[in-house]
Amino acid sequence: MGKSVIIIGGGIAGMEAAARIAAMGKEVILLEKSDQLGGHLRKWDRLFPTRRKSDEVFEYLSNGLNDKVTIRLNIKINKIKKDDRHFFVILEDGESLKSDALLLTTGYDLFEAGKKEEYGYGIYDNVITSADLEAMFRNSAEIKTSGNQKPRRVGFVHCVGSRDEKAGHLYCSKVCCVTGVKQAIEIKEKQPDTEIFCFYMDLRMFDRYFEDLYYEAQQKWGIQFIRGRLSESCENPDHSILVKVEDTLTGRPLKMTVDLLVLLSGFVPSSDTNKLADMLGLLPGSDGFLTPVDEHFRTNETQVDGLFLAGTVKGPATIENTITDARSAAISIIKYLEK
Amino acid sequence: MTFNIFVLPFSLGFIFLLLTIFFRYRKWIKALEKEDRIRFSRGLHSRKFFLSLKEILFESLLHRKMFRKNPLLGYMHMTFAFGWFLLIILGNLESRIYSGWWINPPYYPIFMKFFIHDKHVLPFEIFTVPGFFRFSMDLVLVVILSGLVLAIIKRRRSRWFGIQRTTRLQLTDKVAMTCLWLIFPLRFLAESFTSGAYGYGGGFVTQHFGNLLAILYPFSDKSIAYGFWWFYSLSLGIFFVTLPYSRYMHIPTELLLILFRNFGIKHVKSFSAYADVEVFSCSRCGVCIDVCQLATANSILNIQSVYFIQSIRDRDVRADITMKCLLCGRCTDTCPVGINTDSLRLIERRNFAINQLPVQDYIPVSIREKAEIIYFAGCMTHLTPGIIKSMITIFKTADVDFLFLDEEKTICCGRPLMITGQEDQAAKMIGMNNHLIKTSGAKLLVTSCPICYRIFREEYKLDIEVLHHSQYILQLIRKGKIPLQAYFRNVVYHDPCELGRGSGVYMEPREVLEKVADVRSIINEKNRSLCCGGSLGILNIDRHQRDAIIHETLKTLMSGNPEMIATACPLCKKTLSKHSSVMVRDIAEIVCQAIPGTKYNPVAQLTKVI
Ligand code: SF4
Ligand code: SF4
Ligand code: SF4
Repeated sequence: MGKSVIIIGGGIAGMEAAARIAAMGKEVILLEKSDQLGGHLRKWDRLFPTRRKSDEVFEYLSNGLNDKVTIRLNIKINKIKKDDRHFFVILEDGESLKSDALLLTTGYDLFEAGKKEEYGYGIYDNVITSADLEAMFRNSAEIKTSGNQKPRRVGFVHCVGSRDEKAGHLYCSKVCCVTGVKQAIEIKEKQPDTEIFCFYMDLRMFDRYFEDLYYEAQQKWGIQFIRGRLSESCENPDHSILVKVEDTLTGRPLKMTVDLLVLLSGFVPSSDTNKLADMLGLLPGSDGFLTPVDEHFRTNETQVDGLFLAGTVKGPATIENTITDARSAAISIIKYLEK
Repeated sequence: MTFNIFVLPFSLGFIFLLLTIFFRYRKWIKALEKEDRIRFSRGLHSRKFFLSLKEILFESLLHRKMFRKNPLLGYMHMTFAFGWFLLIILGNLESRIYSGWWINPPYYPIFMKFFIHDKHVLPFEIFTVPGFFRFSMDLVLVVILSGLVLAIIKRRRSRWFGIQRTTRLQLTDKVAMTCLWLIFPLRFLAESFTSGAYGYGGGFVTQHFGNLLAILYPFSDKSIAYGFWWFYSLSLGIFFVTLPYSRYMHIPTELLLILFRNFGIKHVKSFSAYADVEVFSCSRCGVCIDVCQLATANSILNIQSVYFIQSIRDRDVRADITMKCLLCGRCTDTCPVGINTDSLRLIERRNFAINQLPVQDYIPVSIREKAEIIYFAGCMTHLTPGIIKSMITIFKTADVDFLFLDEEKTICCGRPLMITGQEDQAAKMIGMNNHLIKTSGAKLLVTSCPICYRIFREEYKLDIEVLHHSQYILQLIRKGKIPLQAYFRNVVYHDPCELGRGSGVYMEPREVLEKVADVRSIINEKNRSLCCGGSLGILNIDRHQRDAIIHETLKTLMSGNPEMIATACPLCKKTLSKHSSVMVRDIAEIVCQAIPGTKYNPVAQLTKVI
């Protein structure tokens, strides 16, 4: 009988790894907790820096899934056991699935913005997250405030739940800076009269073309970048939002009213990852994400023989990096199965 | 014969001790501020003096608080304190029968069995006067010895006594303790050998034990006994000489502390005679170690009150120890001596203040509006706007006309500065706020933050009523001003340190909550509640250490699997939310949610059972 692999998590990493492993003739069972594949990708409209439609990426990933891949949706895992050679994934209804290797691609959750209560998410109607804004883009409707008005001023808050000791996350989520810039430009394209302010500590435009996007935002669209961390926001009687920022360039506290405030929520380890890590005896790193055996050379392997990791289960990453990492995991797994 | 050279070590030690105590007492009383000295001399002639005597009997001799903590521990302390006290009283009375003098030399009752050998009293002759004394002296001695056995067991098996971590002792403590432990066995042996050698004169235990010894050591005659009398006297003498330099100085000092406290003498902002008396009253019992979350959650074992106080006594106060404390008040709450360890810390912290924070000078201080009621949310509450929004909803529902004092321009109440030692900066904040509050003309100040609440009450000297919102909401509910409808299942209440132990407000928040929820109790609640871990009083622990405290506290809170954690402090709410798996809400938010038809729904996700 041929060897098989179970992949837990049907997001970008899970789909790409499934496609690559299946292409090399192994059986793959792809488990997904929700009722569709694609993970966070399905909630996004356009992607940075190319502005490609996320649906195109989804289509590409879906096309890779050949008949060697069994897709199981709405899955709840009860337990995972391992003997010398096999993994047994036991589902909530008692069904047991067997495989020779296991790949975790359970990804990340968005930081619950309500935990940063001083920003008012869930309390003030006109405070939304980048994910909420993206949903507005997807519906291709106009961007409007809770009072159904076009916002005259929009604020973007960087590093919400990231690089924040008080929120318990010291790391940078990498992609929110560029997401914010992309979204700011998109609002301008849709509604050019909007004034946009981004409140940032420093901009982390680390990848190819990111800086170009930043220049475009400033020069072409006149988006204003204010260096300073938001301390708190309040609601004005007309439901606009008063933000208090310490401008760290001028050293003065600054107050400003915006009609809509967008919080760029960062990545946190997904709650499912934590549960599975517990079951499998994996110790997370100090940031809570899972860690491979070697950060340079064995980037997909874990302490458990036959158990592999790919994608944002290991920390924040771009889509491009996630896809590359999934391919790398596929190679490691094939090598392991043929040993 | 009423003198023997062996009584000298005891007698000299005793005189030394008396003089030392006398001079220390005199030093402390002289160092009191003038008003306090007046309080002291007035107190001596008032009813308070007798109340103090009662407290001394119950606490210093019978160790009632220790009994409550752990019966075995209480018994052990009681046998030493009350037992020894009885020996002194009974011994003095007994010696009168034989000496016939009004005044005995102090050694006489102590060593009486060496001098007096009364053949006419039998060991079990209880109903004659000398028989009664002889019998009871033996009984008390045996009881003390049983306490000693427990004390020895306790050094090895402290857990049996409800103590997880014992205090690290200093050299003088060890010397004094060894002597103390030897005193009673030596007395027992000296008396037994003596009565054995004579064949009479002992009590019901010492006589029979002595007879046995006489059979075992027939050749010894009285020389072994004499040797033991020497050792007995020496152990007493050395104990008395080391006492002032050891933990046992707490025995005489605590008496003075009880008087001071009952006479109304208190801590002041600088290190006073009262503070010094507290320092010397610490018995190093170590009860404060086990309740400290820096110990239980983080295994930090050098900062607890016992060690901090020791560092003051040794004149070796260090910044890291002084500043590394949550100021949660758990140790003050549990200290059997009633030492106000938090106040001592605050006094010492002033010497280590960093004074770095910029004063918020740029904030203009003026208001034009007047109002009967002012609401002061506080800086922390500004970080939890859900509480503010709920309070405003509650005010509006109750149709209260109020002024939101710090709606835009927040001035810190000053307590965060004060508890980190920055007294001068705090004073500025207090001055500015005081001015604002006064010019508003309000009669009632309501605040949402227990930190503000505490400093308003303790330092502001306001002549208007100050209420925490839990108290105010309760008043409104009682007056029927806010209709309530929702009922939430299985809620646990977390007592904030500053509101509970800090300000003694335990019942009002519970009463409010019980109107709208089924509140479950847990072991560590009210004065025993844990600190959320968000304390502003500590800056020198890292985030992992803070997280360990948060997790420890959440573990107790979650013991009954509640659906929601309720609290009454923005800082607790924020800190616990960080790691809580269930919703953490302020009681103001829960009440707001329970108002029928409320537009703001901070607890909407939770099942309501109406
Ligand atoms: S990418 Fe930018 S916004 Fe996101 S955490 Fe890093 S610095 Fe903050
Ligand atoms: S401070 Fe109180 S509890 Fe702590 S050792 Fe001293 S007497 Fe005991
Ligand atoms: S106040 Fe709290 S943290 Fe500080 S020593 Fe006492 S128990 Fe420990």
